[in-house]
Amino acid sequence: MSVTPLDAAGVAMPAQGTSLWTSARRRLMRNRAAMGGLIVLIIIAALAILAPYISAHAMDDISWEDIGAPPDWANGYYFGTDSNGRDLFARTLYGARVSLMVGVLASIVSLVIGVTYGAVAGYLGGAVDNVMMRIVDILYSLPFMFFVILLTVFFGRNIFLIFVAIGAVEWLDMARIVRGQTMALKHREFIEAAHAFGASSPAIVRRHIIPNILGPVMVFVTLTVPKVILLESFLSFLGLGVQEPMTSWGVLISDGARDMETAPWSLLFPATFLAVTLFSLNFLGDGLRDALDPKDR
Amino acid sequence: MSLSSSSPLLSVRNLKVHFPVKNDLFAEKRVVKAVDGVSFDLYPGETLGIVGESGCGKSTLGRAVLKLIPSSAGTVVWLGRPLEDASKSALRSLRREMQIIFQDPLAALDPRMTVGAIVAEPLDTFEPGMAEQDKRARVVEAMERVGLPSHLINRYPHEFSGGQCQRIGIARALILKPKLLVCDEPVSALDVSIQAQIINLLKRLQTEENLALIFISHNLSVVRRISDRVMVLYLGKIAELAERDEIYRNPRHPYTQALLSAVPIADPDKERAKKRVSLTGDLPSPINPPSGCVFRTRCPIVIEKCQSVVPVLEPVTDSHTVSCHRWREAIQLLME
Amino acid sequence: MTVSQEQPGWKTGNQTPLLVVDQLVTRFATPDGSVSAVNGVSFHVNKGETIGIVGESGSGKSQVLMSIMGLLPHNGTSTGSVKFDDREILGMSREQLNKIRGTRMAMIFQDPMTALNPYLTVGQQLTEVLTFHQGTNPAMAREQAREVLEQVHIPEPGKRLDMYPHELSGGMRQRVMIAMGMLCRPDLLIADEPTTALDVTIQAEILDLLAEQQAVTGTSIILVTHDLGVVAGLCDRVMVMYGGRIVEQGPVRDIFYDPQHPYTRALLLSMPRLDDDLSGDLPTIAGQPPNLAQMPPGCAFAPRCAFVSEQCRQAVPPLREIAPGRAKACTLDRLVA
Repeated sequence: MSVTPLDAAGVAMPAQGTSLWTSARRRLMRNRAAMGGLIVLIIIAALAILAPYISAHAMDDISWEDIGAPPDWANGYYFGTDSNGRDLFARTLYGARVSLMVGVLASIVSLVIGVTYGAVAGYLGGAVDNVMMRIVDILYSLPFMFFVILLTVFFGRNIFLIFVAIGAVEWLDMARIVRGQTMALKHREFIEAAHAFGASSPAIVRRHIIPNILGPVMVFVTLTVPKVILLESFLSFLGLGVQEPMTSWGVLISDGARDMETAPWSLLFPATFLAVTLFSLNFLGDGLRDALDPKDR
Repeated sequence: MSLSSSSPLLSVRNLKVHFPVKNDLFAEKRVVKAVDGVSFDLYPGETLGIVGESGCGKSTLGRAVLKLIPSSAGTVVWLGRPLEDASKSALRSLRREMQIIFQDPLAALDPRMTVGAIVAEPLDTFEPGMAEQDKRARVVEAMERVGLPSHLINRYPHEFSGGQCQRIGIARALILKPKLLVCDEPVSALDVSIQAQIINLLKRLQTEENLALIFISHNLSVVRRISDRVMVLYLGKIAELAERDEIYRNPRHPYTQALLSAVPIADPDKERAKKRVSLTGDLPSPINPPSGCVFRTRCPIVIEKCQSVVPVLEPVTDSHTVSCHRWREAIQLLME
Repeated sequence: MTVSQEQPGWKTGNQTPLLVVDQLVTRFATPDGSVSAVNGVSFHVNKGETIGIVGESGSGKSQVLMSIMGLLPHNGTSTGSVKFDDREILGMSREQLNKIRGTRMAMIFQDPMTALNPYLTVGQQLTEVLTFHQGTNPAMAREQAREVLEQVHIPEPGKRLDMYPHELSGGMRQRVMIAMGMLCRPDLLIADEPTTALDVTIQAEILDLLAEQQAVTGTSIILVTHDLGVVAGLCDRVMVMYGGRIVEQGPVRDIFYDPQHPYTRALLLSMPRLDDDLSGDLPTIAGQPPNLAQMPPGCAFAPRCAFVSEQCRQAVPPLREIAPGRAKACTLDRLVA
């Protein structure tokens, strides 16, 4: 008998293994910048959700006495008021709702379309891949701004259109990334092994390909969210964003920039929120990338 | 190993695998002849070693036999049934009888799955709806057979060393009790002290389960350990095929002799005293193989005939064939 | 003489060794804490000598070389002493080290493709060494480069000078690496698994070439490999490493014909050979190679050793002299084959 028991090594292994996800989470928890970013994001999200309960004024209440008033803790205008006499604190938090929602929803839209499209193109390869990726190239070459302006001209300013427009553009990047990852995975030996014991193609994609591309995809999503928020702000800044009295950080910054000289706080607060959010998301994304792929550091 | 007793498990006839090369726009269409007309039989419980240097087509041959890559010509007959005619689904169900293990043991395991899930995967494909309890019992049995303690069932591949990962790969390959296992350089990536463990394990499993092995390796000492017969491949063609003792003691092809004499021996006196058959030049491109005998560009005893006439496999004995015009005098000529 | 007390077993005579490594410790900072890959390695290399370092994965053999060459990755640090020609080179600045590397010390890597610049022709890379280190004029340098390619038996050396690395075969690239190493006639050539990526017939040619170059130039060679066969043919002395330490060292014939450390012996026995007896199983070493992050307190080989005693598990056995020129790190007095 020549079976060599592995226990002979003397190092008894505990029965429960550490999956790559578990060890990635551990590494992420140790990354201070990423955890700081995560906490800040949770706080901002909580503020946005609880906005009606913590602001002293409604976001669309116009107070004729307090037009362009500076921050004043006594009467509840923590961030001051805008040029219409509305509470900037409430408006910043409501703006957070819109901005974060656009960011998250558009990213999810791009995630779903991009992963499906990219995985199919990458896995099937050959002519199918060729055609699918040329379509992506064509979509890339369309002028995005023109596309958005056309949409708003036809359908009016609508928050859903912004999701659609942004998601429709962002999935292109996602599809390319997923396709590349899938193609690299397809030639890995464990996929070949799965073929060798007769697993069908859908089973291989579901069991082996998708779980193994989730890591890079998650990283990309966290880095897409700030991009989308910034895009939305840009559109709003151009006046193509959400409709009054609803607001977003982009709209607030746009208005604030107009009144910058007389009421600097109306620019300062929304801009700070936006910047802090973007920073946090980027820190989190970087942290995730390091955690999921420690070799690349 | 007697070759006459039973009917062959696998009959390969004139198998060719040619890959198209991405060519320049106006250049003529070119192909890489990775495997170029290989024939052999494999009997139940037998081990066929396939040796050759990188680029000789040994891994391609192993995969083409399993139909993991399509062949360009020739036939593979599995238990009397030509695989060329088999439908995709028929081929899939045949996969439970023929398995493969790989060179890089870690890369062959899905990093996101536990050992238990990896070993159980062939069961999920071929016996779906098996009760969890039965499945676990089968997995534990397979793990123990290859020397993996069953309490490691919930661990992940990256927590194991190379040798352990190869054991996991073997357990997965054998859980369906196949008749044929293709081993593609199964010990090349392992440390010497671990190689021996895996070689012994494969030998033991083979006798216990009457498994036929196709053992692909560039390491002639390892192949000698495990094989009943050995095939030497050069540029996609069989240079020599014989029973183990015959080919190691009495090599006829100049390439086999060069290979054997190049293997370093872990014995300073023998190593320093040994006479080596040295080859000139490098392996020619398989896109543009030499005319006549493919080995002629590196052969130390090349003659004019080799350039124009393609040598065929000639029998030296019943079980020893060689593809060389000068096999009768090769040993003498090379020893001078 | 600078051989320290901790370095038993070497009678170096009157000759000053070319390279003296003393109590070399190499650590790597990893996300999971500090890992030491080399734990107090001492040895020396005489002029014109070939020494072999043999070990498996995790033995620290490559890290010894990288520490000597100052090529550790940024998370690695070395302590101890490495004296080259009586000059301390451990911790030398990059500029100073560069004067030694490439001229007096050269290195050959396992994969020549990673060591050669894919964007420069062979000739450009070879002449660069000469013009940079020795200030040779370009025409002279090219001629010298052609000559050195000829020396390593590259056919049509003039033509090869204008080729890019990817246009050459693996064996040819390794020859170019050797040519590059030999170009400045170094005193010490360090070869890290120089033939592992090559086919066996090419390997034999490269080993012949190394031996031949040494006979011509009298350079010293440190050959690191996992293949005992390669060591048997080429080396004068052998060091066997396990778990970041030298476990046995001695002249090549002694190591192969009378191994005194259980690991050396088991390693020799477990290796399939062309001339071994095929009856019965191949002897194996139980267990797995050491995990550097979780080393046992005592002898690193203890968990796999057939002769293990309680003593072995408690403290690391020191490397002690067992005969002139031979040492082992084992508590056993004598291992009888």
